Amino acid sequence: MEAVVFVFSLLDCCALIFLSVYFIITLSDLECDYINARSCCSKLNKWVIPELIGHTVVTVLMLISLHWFIFLLNLPVATWNVYRFIMVPSGNMGVFDPTEIHNRGQLKSHMKEAMIKLGFHLLCFFMYLYSMILALIND
Amino acid sequence: MSAPVGSPHPTTNPRIPPKLGPAQNQVHISSGYGLHPQNYIAPSGYYPQGPGKMTSLPPDSQCGDYYPGHYAVPTQNVVTPSTMNQQPGAQQTYGRGPPAPHIVGSTSGSFQGAVLPASHLHPSASQPFSFVNHYSNPAMYSANSSVASQGFPPTCGHYAMSTVSNTAYPSVSYPSLPAGDPYGQVLTSQNAPSVRPVKDNSFSGQSTPISHPSPLPPPASQQQQQQQQNLSGYNTPSWSAPGLQSTQDNLMRNHTGSLATANNNNTIHTVADSLSCPVMQNVQPQQCSPVVPTVLSGTSTKTPTTANHPVKPVASVTQPSELLQHKGMQYGDYINNQASSEPTPLSSTSDDEEEDEDEEAGIDSSSSTSSASPMPNSYDALEGGSYPDMLSSSASSPAPDPAADPDPGPSLAPAAPQPTKLSKPFGYGYPSLQPGYQNAAAPLNSGVHSSSPMFSGFQQYAQPYPGVNQLSSSLGGLSLQSSPQPESLRPINLTQERNILPMTPVWAPVPNLNVDLRKLNCSPDSFRCTLTNIPQTQALLNKAKLPLGLLLHPFRDLTQLPVITSNTIVRCRSCRTYINPFVSFIDQRRWKCNLCYRVNDVPEEFMYNPLTRSYGEPHKRPEVQNSTVEFIASSDYMLRPPQPAVYLFVLDVSHNAVEAGYLTVLCQSLLENLDKLPGDSRTRIGFMTFDSTIHFYNLQEGLSQPQMLIVSDIDDIFLPTPDSLLVNLYESKELIKDLLNALPNMFTNTRETHSALGPALQAAFKLMSPTGGRVSVFQTQLPSMGAGLLQSREDPNQRSSTKVIQHLGPATDFYKKLALDCSGQQTAVDLFLLSSQYSDLASLACMSKYSAGGIYYYPSFHYTHNPSQAEKLQKDLKRYLTRKIGFEAVMRIRCTKGLSMHTFHGNFFVRSTDLLSLANINPDAGFAVQLSIEENLTDTSLVCFQTALLYTSSKGERRIRVHTLCLPVVSSLADVYAGVDVQAAICLLANMAVDRSISSSLSDARDALVNAVVDSLSAYGSTVSNLQHSALIVPSSLKLFPLYVLALLKQKAFRTGTSTRLDDRVYAMCQIKSQPLVHLMKMIHPNLYRIDRLTDEGAIHVNDRVVPQPPLQKLSAEKLTREGAFLMDCGSTFYIWIGKGCNNNFIEDVLGCPDFASIPQKMTHLPELDTLSSERTRSFITWLRDSRPLSPILHVVKDDSPAKTEFFQHLIEDQTEAAFSYYEFLLHVQQQICK
Repeated sequence: MEAVVFVFSLLDCCALIFLSVYFIITLSDLECDYINARSCCSKLNKWVIPELIGHTVVTVLMLISLHWFIFLLNLPVATWNVYRFIMVPSGNMGVFDPTEIHNRGQLKSHMKEAMIKLGFHLLCFFMYLYSMILALIND
Repeated sequence: MSAPVGSPHPTTNPRIPPKLGPAQNQVHISSGYGLHPQNYIAPSGYYPQGPGKMTSLPPDSQCGDYYPGHYAVPTQNVVTPSTMNQQPGAQQTYGRGPPAPHIVGSTSGSFQGAVLPASHLHPSASQPFSFVNHYSNPAMYSANSSVASQGFPPTCGHYAMSTVSNTAYPSVSYPSLPAGDPYGQVLTSQNAPSVRPVKDNSFSGQSTPISHPSPLPPPASQQQQQQQQNLSGYNTPSWSAPGLQSTQDNLMRNHTGSLATANNNNTIHTVADSLSCPVMQNVQPQQCSPVVPTVLSGTSTKTPTTANHPVKPVASVTQPSELLQHKGMQYGDYINNQASSEPTPLSSTSDDEEEDEDEEAGIDSSSSTSSASPMPNSYDALEGGSYPDMLSSSASSPAPDPAADPDPGPSLAPAAPQPTKLSKPFGYGYPSLQPGYQNAAAPLNSGVHSSSPMFSGFQQYAQPYPGVNQLSSSLGGLSLQSSPQPESLRPINLTQERNILPMTPVWAPVPNLNVDLRKLNCSPDSFRCTLTNIPQTQALLNKAKLPLGLLLHPFRDLTQLPVITSNTIVRCRSCRTYINPFVSFIDQRRWKCNLCYRVNDVPEEFMYNPLTRSYGEPHKRPEVQNSTVEFIASSDYMLRPPQPAVYLFVLDVSHNAVEAGYLTVLCQSLLENLDKLPGDSRTRIGFMTFDSTIHFYNLQEGLSQPQMLIVSDIDDIFLPTPDSLLVNLYESKELIKDLLNALPNMFTNTRETHSALGPALQAAFKLMSPTGGRVSVFQTQLPSMGAGLLQSREDPNQRSSTKVIQHLGPATDFYKKLALDCSGQQTAVDLFLLSSQYSDLASLACMSKYSAGGIYYYPSFHYTHNPSQAEKLQKDLKRYLTRKIGFEAVMRIRCTKGLSMHTFHGNFFVRSTDLLSLANINPDAGFAVQLSIEENLTDTSLVCFQTALLYTSSKGERRIRVHTLCLPVVSSLADVYAGVDVQAAICLLANMAVDRSISSSLSDARDALVNAVVDSLSAYGSTVSNLQHSALIVPSSLKLFPLYVLALLKQKAFRTGTSTRLDDRVYAMCQIKSQPLVHLMKMIHPNLYRIDRLTDEGAIHVNDRVVPQPPLQKLSAEKLTREGAFLMDCGSTFYIWIGKGCNNNFIEDVLGCPDFASIPQKMTHLPELDTLSSERTRSFITWLRDSRPLSPILHVVKDDSPAKTEFFQHLIEDQTEAAFSYYEFLLHVQQQICK
């Protein structure tokens, strides 16, 4: 059972890693002026909710399967994702807003955030991998 | 510093002394600093009529005779607003149709259904609709444009002319020679001798290079001289220069006088001529003064006005180039046209013809290049008429006369300076300075630096009132001459100093550059930086706690602008910077970019200078001589053929709108200005109206009358006949006029109260997307149907809340998305909101904000109940419809490596890090940019900023307007403080505060504003000044900072505790974001004048009219006397406050009422009475009015009327229930600092 949980988490984590990389690539494209802000933001906004769901599911799964440590590790990031999503002003077009992304260093902070998430997901990936192997051996 | 000297204000000097005397008394008498809001203590007899001794400079007769006579053109210039007599009566056939049939074919985009009602409504419009090929006509656009892009059809020219002539500004009478006149007074006999030399100098400075192929006078040097004269050597060793106080006065006058002459003479000779030097624009005070805009003065550039004066350069700018193109010039032509306002069709037309001939002549003489050289002749003949001999003499004068110096003595001493341009920008000391000049310049400079005109005024009178307390600020300039401390750093104790507000408007500080750079620098009207001394490192900037940013007004109306046609536009190969006056030429063949320091090759074409027709002098090309230039761009700068001018009007015709009656005003304005809409023969126009359905108007040429097509399916909007809704203005003019005449009465009986704004905008977007252009939306209520519908969010009980102000941001992203779509298709949406109720401007404004449109708000508009708003709308529309416009524009701002831009303010969409996408650009749009220092600037002494605005003119030309600003880098904190441009800083802070209040909260924004003052002053106190901390010591450059911040806190946008409607607040925020600095400052800190005792003392002459120049009063009820009448200039509103005890003579003479009691409550006009005081008052108000693009409304406020609260809320130095007085605010700041 435990193995199944971790296999699922592992797959989910892989997806999140890919998503982070995708965010980074798109943002840096914008930085280099390869794409315009409008299309960049609409691309990214599409993936904000999947990312949110993906991460929340793992977090909840950890809570259910009583892996406290991993749950607590995931909690801040998951909270941040939800918070960020809820706090979008009603007039904005999503977490990434083309009219504001170039202002007040938003682009940089988005980039930084995506980097941190990538690092975090990588860490989680190895942790899930280890736990999965451990669980398989125990089985 | 040029501004003070060159401004029209020096003439106010004579008026100052009377004020000073009593003012001094006042200092002693009244102790309580602004704490008496309601008691009018100001001594009567405040400034006596009696001219001080100094006033003894009557308008110089010489000058008087000299100019006005010849320049009596003004009458031509007066454009009387044609009385709207075109009554919209002719709408016979047009449906009074019952509203019911509108909804016939409702859903499913049923074409038939939708259209049928239309035909039903217009039985007489018998023409059957052909449904064939309605949907797209892609060929159209390209066809049009290709026609236009090659060779302009003759009609083009025709229209252009009409545009020029008509663009005349709202009933402004253009002073033909204001520049000269103001100075007339100062031009005393001592100066008479200097007239000649100066004239020559200035002439050669401007026109010799053109008319003389001879390489003799390097224009640079001449300009430089002139500049020196104007700027009076601010940066040189100057502060400590040992100017003799006693002589200063004279020097001053000489200065001014000679300057005036310079200008006058310029005017005479070079009227038409071409080397427009932006330098002169520097000279212009960024303050209003609507003085000059005619051609004449245009060249002389004394125009203090340009920013505000809606000059319409379009046509005159384009004409020459078109001509050139016709002629097939291939070489780099430097067209120096007078982008000036020539309001008389006559002059502009003949002008063109003349030029044409001249052009040919030019071609004959020089095979490949035509320069604009002969132009002066033609202009002269046209306007000046009577100076052929002078012209020839000066034209043939071989060398520029160095006698730009104010010395009365020297005449034509040809000491032609040789500024070697190659090494130019850096540390080049100007060689030909005459020693006497230096001296003259220095003292001026010291006083002038920060808030110059005032000082220049004071200095004259320094002697008579040596000990006056109040004068200490100005005297400081004098007394500090021996110390090395610059004036702008002179410590001022704010809590002690009662009168910190200068008597005359505050000018921009001049960057501390060496003289030739300063002369080349961009005009502060177009380009200002909050710190004129850029700190070397971010750490230093952080220490100073001052905002660093740029304030831009890139497309402002210029009276003159060098326009360059050249095959290759020389740009840096790596950073794409345009070549500018601040690059350095390493040798003949290479230049070094001043932004990225890359060394570039000088292209072959650039080696030839069409101006002097000489080869091998790339540094004398106009691009390198002017920091504001315009290039005619080649096809490399086009993504598609230049678009035609396309205008679409989207009008709300719901019950609410019909009730308000704006349609009458709009249609009349349009009818009057139809011919003046900027554009060429391709201009297209269209109309849409909407209530709960959308109505299109088929205006296709050939129809007997306009057809209305109704689309009631607002969920899935479609265009019934896409190709006949936007029609050629000239081909369908009759139909358009019919429609405009019919429109106001078409919906009189409508009962439709809903408003489907969203779908109407979607339709407008569909209609415009093939071409792009301008959509003008008129809306009178909250959109209530279809996409983009909004709910009322305002809680009236919260209007005066001091706590959280909500709903400053948009409620939906619909309008933002729409704006971005529009922006992508080069369409801008201008919003006119005329509503009496809450309409959620915060959401609606998004459609304009991100599409680079404009927002105009007329609260409680009603054409009969609120005539002042109706009048304002009418005047605004006139300006709006006729002003210059640029299409499909982008603006890129570049700055020296090491600096980076991080936040932009204004109406646009930021497409990439430094590229602003502007679907439209208009001359009234301002922008702000925040900067940060990313790398230390230790290895450079200068930084440069360049904005390049690429746009399509209404004539279908692709043009690039480039402004370049150069500023010094400093390493000490004291220098940073010395260079603060307090007005720019305030405007930038206001922009930042708007952002903050939307993204965070209003109280955060207010705190941030207060902290900005506290931080900067405490940083100054702890680092620079070593005076005791108990007092609030500020450098002189920052002395107005707390006052302005307090003014901001009391702005509608940021105030709390006072009842403010949400829409008003949001509108104020929109204005802060999009207005250029000059207008914004008036809004933040209005000007108050006492007008019941206007005298001609110090008056300036504008267009044969005497304009009195009363001194500025501080904004405190303390200054109001019961016996007086005061005028407050708030930018978009004028208030005339009449005290209870106001002299009956004044009331009778000016207001036309027998006594105070009989003044009507709502008075918005001053009657035209034939009395002296009425004439003075009206001419003063007209003069103020002319200085801004949008005409302000006038309210006469009686002391006992309820409307006086409106007036009193602008007295920002006084205490209100909810806000500090100025003195309390200072104490608060001091307390915060001491914490």
